[in-house]
Amino acid sequence: MSEVIHIIDTGVANISSMQHAWIRLGFEPMLTTSAADVEKAKRVVLPGVGSFAAGMSCLRNLGMVDAVAERVEKNRPLFCVCLGLQLLCKSSEESPGTTGVGVVPVDVKRFPTEVSVPKLGWNRIQPQLTFEEQMQFSGGYAYFANSYRVEAIPSDWSTAISNYGGEFVAAYWKGNVLACQFHPELSSRYGQTWLQTWSEFTC
Amino acid sequence: MLTKRIIPCLDVRDGRVVKGVRFQNLRDAGDPAELAYEYEQQGADELVILDVSATNEGRLAMLETVQQVRNQIAVPLTVGGGIRSVDAARELLRAGADKVSVNTAAVHRPELIQEISNEFGAQCTVVAVDAKRILSTGGWGVFSSSGTRDERKDALQWCHQAQQLGAGEILLTSMDRDGTRTGFDCELLSAAATVVEIPVIASGGANSVRDMLDAFASGAHAVLAASIFHDGCMTVAQVKSELNKNRIPVRQ
Repeated sequence: MSEVIHIIDTGVANISSMQHAWIRLGFEPMLTTSAADVEKAKRVVLPGVGSFAAGMSCLRNLGMVDAVAERVEKNRPLFCVCLGLQLLCKSSEESPGTTGVGVVPVDVKRFPTEVSVPKLGWNRIQPQLTFEEQMQFSGGYAYFANSYRVEAIPSDWSTAISNYGGEFVAAYWKGNVLACQFHPELSSRYGQTWLQTWSEFTC
Repeated sequence: MLTKRIIPCLDVRDGRVVKGVRFQNLRDAGDPAELAYEYEQQGADELVILDVSATNEGRLAMLETVQQVRNQIAVPLTVGGGIRSVDAARELLRAGADKVSVNTAAVHRPELIQEISNEFGAQCTVVAVDAKRILSTGGWGVFSSSGTRDERKDALQWCHQAQQLGAGEILLTSMDRDGTRTGFDCELLSAAATVVEIPVIASGGANSVRDMLDAFASGAHAVLAASIFHDGCMTVAQVKSELNKNRIPVRQ
């Protein structure tokens, strides 16, 4: 029997792509809006497309903010994608006044005005040394669709870096928690290696 | 730096890929899911599916086609054709699309762009513009309903308005070049690239890597092609390797 993986149903547009990515890896994806699932489930995915304020209000309405924070604090398997990565941070220039989950002590900023947003397309990413050693990732091309990004490297987290109007954090990782600014579910075989590696390395 | 994207396009009617010349004389070009899988293996950066059937049966077949294609591929999938409402867009997104492309309905009711963009985000909202050179003015006009209806609207102004309403990308097809393999309309591309900041996808007329180089030089962020890939003249991998030799950054 295939292992269940819980995907938080944040109402994201392309949830089907995310479900199919896990099915390809032999998981049985289950959408959930239950905070209890987020507390108890073995593996949880936090996807997200949309604004920072809308994402946080979705988590608040589902009563999940503490459950998500706790998964990070207790080092339980959590995979965050795109807005999901940003929601773990303290705040975002996209939605002034909205407090994030806040477990990753950085702020989300807009891309500089000289590059066009939303940033849509494939960009090379490079895992930094500790990340690469521990997760055995190599560099590659990943698909991004975002207008905001994390610029400061969160202390205590390993990162992968990309460059678009300056360097920014393409992914950060610590223990069982991995967050990608890019869309691994849309990044062909390279993206699939991220999902697979996380599912194999975490416990 | 972002790479330039190569996007095979599947025009689908009643569950089959078809291709015509200047939107006419459609002929069969294969099974959508099989072609989609093959193109991802070749290195396609995204895929676009356009529903060119007008019937209700065609609509249902389309949802099935989107599901089957999604099942096969892990690159972004844009779906267009007959989307008139946020609900129609949602249905296609649930079936497996990552972005939706609007055309005729948005020309008639531009707020549709805003509605879809507000609901799903600009990254999800593609506006397809079918443009044809107007000899008397030297500009380009917008045509809708699969190119059959002259909207008496300036294509460049429409691109700009679409961006203001929340479009994340413009899929710009030259009707004069569609299926003719005579190269992209580069004048149209560079004019569009100066009026909008969002990515412009060049479409209509691709025949060679040279054409693609010209399109990128004219400001296109991505090129869309159908005939050259369906007919097996070139694979996506061959195109990318040639572009790379010409110092165009591509994902390989």
